[in-house]
Amino acid sequence: MTLLERFSTRKTFGHGIHPIAHKEATAELAIRRLPFAKQMIVPLAQHLGAPAKAIVSVGQEVVRGEPIAEPGGFVSVPMHSPVTGVVKSVDRLVATSSGPKTPAIIIDTYAASDQKVLFEGAVDIWQLTPKKLVHAIQDSGMVGLGGAAFPSHVKLLPPKGMSIDKVIINGCECEPYLTCDHRIMLEYTDKIILGIQMVMAAVAAKRAIIGVEDNKSDAFEMIQSKLPKDGSISCELVETKYPQGAEKMLINSLLNKEVPSGGIPAEIGVAVYNVGTMAQLGDLLPQSRGLIERVVTVSGYGVNKPGNYLVPIGTPLRFVLEQVGLKDDFSKIIMGGPMMGMTTASLDVAITKGVSGVVVLAPQSFENEKPQAYPCIKCGACLSACPISLNPSMLGQLAMVRDYGTMEGGYHLNDCFECGCCTYVCPSNLPLTQYFRIAKAINRKIKVKEL
Amino acid sequence: MNLLSKPVELHTSPHLKKMITVDQIMRNVVYALLPVCAWSVYQFGISALALMLVTTVTCLLTEALFCHLSDKSNTVTDFSVVITGLLLALTLPPGFPLWMGAVAGFIAIALGKSLFGGLGYNVMNPALVGRAFVQAAFPVAITTWTPALAPGRFLEFIPSSLAMPFMRPVDTADWVKERAIDGFTGATPLALQKFEQISTDSMDLLLGYVAGSAGETSVVIILLCGTYLAVRKMMDWRISAGVLIAAALTTLPFYLLDPEHYPSPQFMLLSGGLMLGAVFMATDMVGSPMTVKGVWLYGAVIGFLTVIIRLFGGLTEGVMYAILVANAMSPMIASVTQPRIYGQRKKKGKS
Repeated sequence: MTLLERFSTRKTFGHGIHPIAHKEATAELAIRRLPFAKQMIVPLAQHLGAPAKAIVSVGQEVVRGEPIAEPGGFVSVPMHSPVTGVVKSVDRLVATSSGPKTPAIIIDTYAASDQKVLFEGAVDIWQLTPKKLVHAIQDSGMVGLGGAAFPSHVKLLPPKGMSIDKVIINGCECEPYLTCDHRIMLEYTDKIILGIQMVMAAVAAKRAIIGVEDNKSDAFEMIQSKLPKDGSISCELVETKYPQGAEKMLINSLLNKEVPSGGIPAEIGVAVYNVGTMAQLGDLLPQSRGLIERVVTVSGYGVNKPGNYLVPIGTPLRFVLEQVGLKDDFSKIIMGGPMMGMTTASLDVAITKGVSGVVVLAPQSFENEKPQAYPCIKCGACLSACPISLNPSMLGQLAMVRDYGTMEGGYHLNDCFECGCCTYVCPSNLPLTQYFRIAKAINRKIKVKEL
Repeated sequence: MNLLSKPVELHTSPHLKKMITVDQIMRNVVYALLPVCAWSVYQFGISALALMLVTTVTCLLTEALFCHLSDKSNTVTDFSVVITGLLLALTLPPGFPLWMGAVAGFIAIALGKSLFGGLGYNVMNPALVGRAFVQAAFPVAITTWTPALAPGRFLEFIPSSLAMPFMRPVDTADWVKERAIDGFTGATPLALQKFEQISTDSMDLLLGYVAGSAGETSVVIILLCGTYLAVRKMMDWRISAGVLIAAALTTLPFYLLDPEHYPSPQFMLLSGGLMLGAVFMATDMVGSPMTVKGVWLYGAVIGFLTVIIRLFGGLTEGVMYAILVANAMSPMIASVTQPRIYGQRKKKGKS
């Protein structure tokens, strides 16, 4: 925290970075619907937790919105068909942007269908008991749309001894380039409020706070004008700073509380949801529909028609990029934001529930030649960037001598959530975040072996 | 449309990078040192300039030699060696024999840096390692001071500068007598204070119209250059502040007890190499801790030790040893001042 921040009244957390936002290309563009691709790929493991289990068979006709897979456990959600069409395969292994191939349901779209959602039924959600409401949220296939894709209903059933009295709604969108949440807050404001009220009813929470970064004051004003009169929901501006939208940081900014190390927000009575998740809940639940599309920001140097697109879940990346057009020279295609997203090598990956953006970056030659790596000069820039107050410099030196045990035992490696701030500021161009990912993976493997 | 006809780049997050590199930081430190060097040349003339060139070139050559010997890619271009060379010259007396300056430069890089593994791995400030070596090796030469602003200084070397290698430099006493202004005694303000209890005017100290090492005399210029670096966030101002505050606080009780015998805090801050040390040497990133509490503690150790050495040691100046000792303590300081992390739980039970 710099001296100025200490005296400012702006709500924020300590440390963090200020990358260039690059949001101007898409912030003003209204959400537009993308056409349906000829073939949809619905991976069964799009969320954290157990993969879903297919309940359709090859050759079966499915209607848009129809459940095609059931949850594989408590921490799991069902899948719904994004299109009206016919199931071509139920267990083909497809590439994902995040790593190993996973089984997916492939659906051929009926070109002639008008793609109306027929699979629905109105319910009076206010008559439901909290338990049934939580069940309804699971049935909708809802996961955290901010990027983590954690099943939403799980956060509503905290472990024994904990209860949730505050719900925090994350409208920060601190990742550069992304503007989908910004547009959702402007265009789906009523649905967000409705979604929040449902979540509050499900956990009997008294208060909800929406946190919006102060570079989106139009969204803040829009939400302010539509808040319910009873004062149960409030909206607050927080400083525009990365990673403001990280769960732990936003809790700290708004409530001045900290989630205990290794714990979950429920330990301090809080559940955090993304605005996109709330908007979808407000839209889907009253008609008991399932999650079949989401807003994705497609932006970056290499995209000809950047924008915020409503994309059916399961649309191949290739189709999305064909629709928006690509320039000839680009270097990386990133699924998600440029700070935490992953580059993809294949265009045959699907837009899944957790993909908030597709960013196509300019080639390296734009910013001179490849950055040269230097040894750590102990400048301390990473220490004043790390939002968790870790010592990335020390962790990096330990990683280089492969002392992964000390990293975890002595320097809190497992508290790192890989936001990338240390790598961003490092003048020696050390791939610190990558070191930490490898160290964590190796520690996990060692633990499994010990068991 | 043919997508992906050419290979894409695969890379792990984050994909954005702040455009700042080590050589940019180092280059800026060199820029910040240049005004100090320029003042030094104005004050002490051609001898100071020659001394800077000799130490810097020796440092560069030594670095290149060690890179060659260890089969490492040449790291001469990263400017860190230039900093060492310039800083070293600035801490030496302006009339220091040039061949001894070359020895200091070689030792600074060889012993102070390369043997530890080069940039980023040195334990102590290389320039000070070089200076400490010549302080021990050539105790007379390194305490032979010449007056500032001597007439003809731009045309004529101070006679001791041009001593032949491995030869004892000529005595400068006669040379000084010839052109001394106001009866120069060959002593720095610190020595005057320590041995004769003569205090030098603060204004002269501020502006640098006094005898001393080549670059330590003008407090104002050093402070301005330091401010530039601090504003550009290429220097940790907290270390400098820690050094100065600790030095002042340590001096104060002695001064209050016996103002006749002990110097005032303001004299302590403005005299000798304290300002140069606090701004450019103590803040050397590699040798200083990074934790918030650590940098204050580290600064305080330097300030405290400097004053103790100055008041009670055999030497008139203690900045160099104070910084070297603090450099050595830095890993310890860092390990006891690890920051409290977000959400850290209180340790349960006693172990």
